[in-house]
Parts: sequence; structure tokens; C-alpha cells
Amino acid sequence: MVQVPTGSGPDQVSAAPRSARRAPIPRVGRERPTGSNFELYSWYFFRVSGLLLILLAVTHVVIMHVVNTVDEINYDFVVDRWNSPFWRGFDWLMLILALLHGLNGARIAVDDYVRPRGWRVFAHSVLWSAAIIFLIIGSIAIVTFNPEAVVTAGR
Amino acid sequence: MASNYRGYRPPQGMVSWALHRLAGLGVLVFLLLHIVDIFAVGYGPEAFNDLLFIYRHPIFRAGEVILVAGLYYHALNGIRIILVDFWSKGWKYERQMFYAVVALFLLSFIPTAILMLRPLF
Ligand code: HEM
Ligand code: HEM
Repeated sequence: MVQVPTGSGPDQVSAAPRSARRAPIPRVGRERPTGSNFELYSWYFFRVSGLLLILLAVTHVVIMHVVNTVDEINYDFVVDRWNSPFWRGFDWLMLILALLHGLNGARIAVDDYVRPRGWRVFAHSVLWSAAIIFLIIGSIAIVTFNPEAVVTAGR
Repeated sequence: MASNYRGYRPPQGMVSWALHRLAGLGVLVFLLLHIVDIFAVGYGPEAFNDLLFIYRHPIFRAGEVILVAGLYYHALNGIRIILVDFWSKGWKYERQMFYAVVALFLLSFIPTAILMLRPLF
């Protein structure tokens, strides 16, 4: 499974001088999965969503913590930002990608640690339910946010 | 040349993997809480502003710095994983790229952390 790049065949290894012999080089990441379409799509999704999240999540954190500080964040701050459809769209895309990327990552970790079949099915169900519930909560927050409605309701 | 003997020390590939997983899961836990706290904006200024004391609490501030560290490391190491997967020569420079990740992490994280904590100075 794990590809260990070695010179060129077994003879090479023993013939190499002592100082050139190295521990097998560990391969990072996972090999591109074969066998199941779902796993292949998941593998690509990690990489594509990851690249987009660099833009989205890192920009978001820089806006919150470097351009502003947590002391400046309050209700009016969000009203200002969500006035612009651009930032609503930005946040929505980030919500979807971060949630699916993160929960899919948790699924990979579950497969590594949870062996009994029943528990694994249970854990997968929890993760997919969380994906649906948090997608709904997050989308409601972005889509239905309407400061004017709140102000009138408060009076 | 440095000795290849590693004793009980884990290989750097394992360290980078374990940190990647830990950071990814950590950011995920924060994200779930975060979706709930942002949901409170829908309930108006009092509800949301009252909740924000959490973000300003010293313990949470320390947590935010750790969160950003996790996000930066995960993002940089993610780029390294993608390079190893898609760049034909990537596997040859896996180790060097890990050192690049560490260097870029320090270069980006330290200034961010200082700016994040600037209200305290
Ligand atoms: C402690 C650091 C952070 C602060 C202070 C913060 C602050 C905020 C604020 C004020 C909003 C409201 C909308 C806006 O102004 O754009 C928001 C929304 C959002 N943030 Fe963050 N954020 C932080 C970290 C993160 C991280 C690391 C992620 C990604 C994993 C993230 C993902 C999101 C998402 C997805 C939304 C939209 C929420 C929803 O749909 O209900 N945030 N954040
Ligand atoms: C900022 C840009 C990001 C990049 C470039 C990135 C990249 C990656 C890559 C390449 C993987 C490897 C997938 C595999 O094993 O095939 C991964 C895994 C993972 N990511 Fe991200 N990611 C990013 C943001 C996030 C965020 C915001 C979260 C949390 C909400 C997250 C959570 C995870 C988790 C939990 C895993 C699984 C780790 C494991 O099981 O070993 N990532 N990421």
C-alpha cells in the first residue's frame, strides 16, 4: 500500500555505502484510492476544497484578527458585513466547504480508530447528521439575516 | 552526515501527519461551536452582543491563538500533501517541503499572533 521510494531494486540497498543507507522515506498523505468511486471523489474533494479553503478560511481569520480585532466584532459589525451579498456568498461557500471537508476528515479518522462494525455505522451516522444539521443552521443564519426585521420585532 | 539512528523518535512524516489530523479535528470542533454562536445574530443585537463575552475571555483568546496556529499549519501542510500527490517530483522533496512548512508557519503565525494579542500590549 505505502509506496516507499527506494533506489532501484534490492541490490542497490545492500550495495550502498553505510552512510547512504537511510530509513525508508515516509510518504505523506494518502495514495489516491482505487476501488470505490466514493473514496476517489472524497480524495479529490479534500484537495480541491482544501485549496479553496486557504483563500476562504485564512482570509476570514485575517479579517477577524489582523485587520480587526475581536474587540471590534459585535452586532453592528456583522450587519455591516452581511449588507454585502459578496460577504454573504463568501461565508456561505466557506460554511459548505469547511463543514464537508472537516466532517469528511473526521470520517477518515473514525475509520482508523473505530473498528467494530456497529460502532462505525453509528459514528458515520452521527457525522452525516451533523453535516446536515449544521448546514441548515448555518444557512438559516446567513440567508434569513435581516436587521430591519429584528429592530421592528424588538419594539 | 547526521546519523540515521532515530531511537524512539518518530519519523518526521509521522509527526507531520499527526499534527495535520489533530489540527484538522481541532478546527472542526471550533467550527461547529462557531456556527452556533453566529446563529445568535438572527436573534438581534442583545442576544449576539451578550454572547460575545466568550470571544473576549482571556482563556478563549488563548484558544483563538491556538486555533489560528492549527489552521495555518493544516493549510500549509495541506499544500505539501497536494504537491506530493500531483507534482511528479514531489515525493523527492517531501522532507525539504516539511521544513518549508515549518518555516512558513513560523513566518506567518508569529506576526499574526502578535497582532491578535495587540490589545493586551
Ligand atoms: C476566532 C476566530 C474567528 C472569529 C472571531 C470569527 C468571526 C466571525 C464572524 C463575526 C462571523 C459573522 C459573519 C461575518 O462577519 O462574516 C463569522 C462567520 C463565519 N465564520 Fe468565522 N470567525 C473565526 C474563525 C473562523 C474559522 C477558523 C472558520 C473556518 C473553519 C470560520 C468559519 C465561519 C463560517 C462558516 C461563518 C458563517 C457562519 C454561518 O453560516 O452561520 N470562522 N465568523
Ligand atoms: C485551509 C486550507 C485547508 C487545506 C489546504 C486542507 C487540506 C487538507 C488535505 C490535503 C487533507 C488530506 C486528506 C487525505 O487524507 O486524503 C486534509 C484532511 C483534513 N482536513 Fe483539511 N484542509 C484545510 C482546511 C481545513 C479546515 C477548515 C478543517 C476543519 C473544519 C479541516 C479539517 C480536516 C480534517 C479533519 C482532515 C482529516 C485528517 C486525517 O484524518 O488525517 N481542514 N485537509
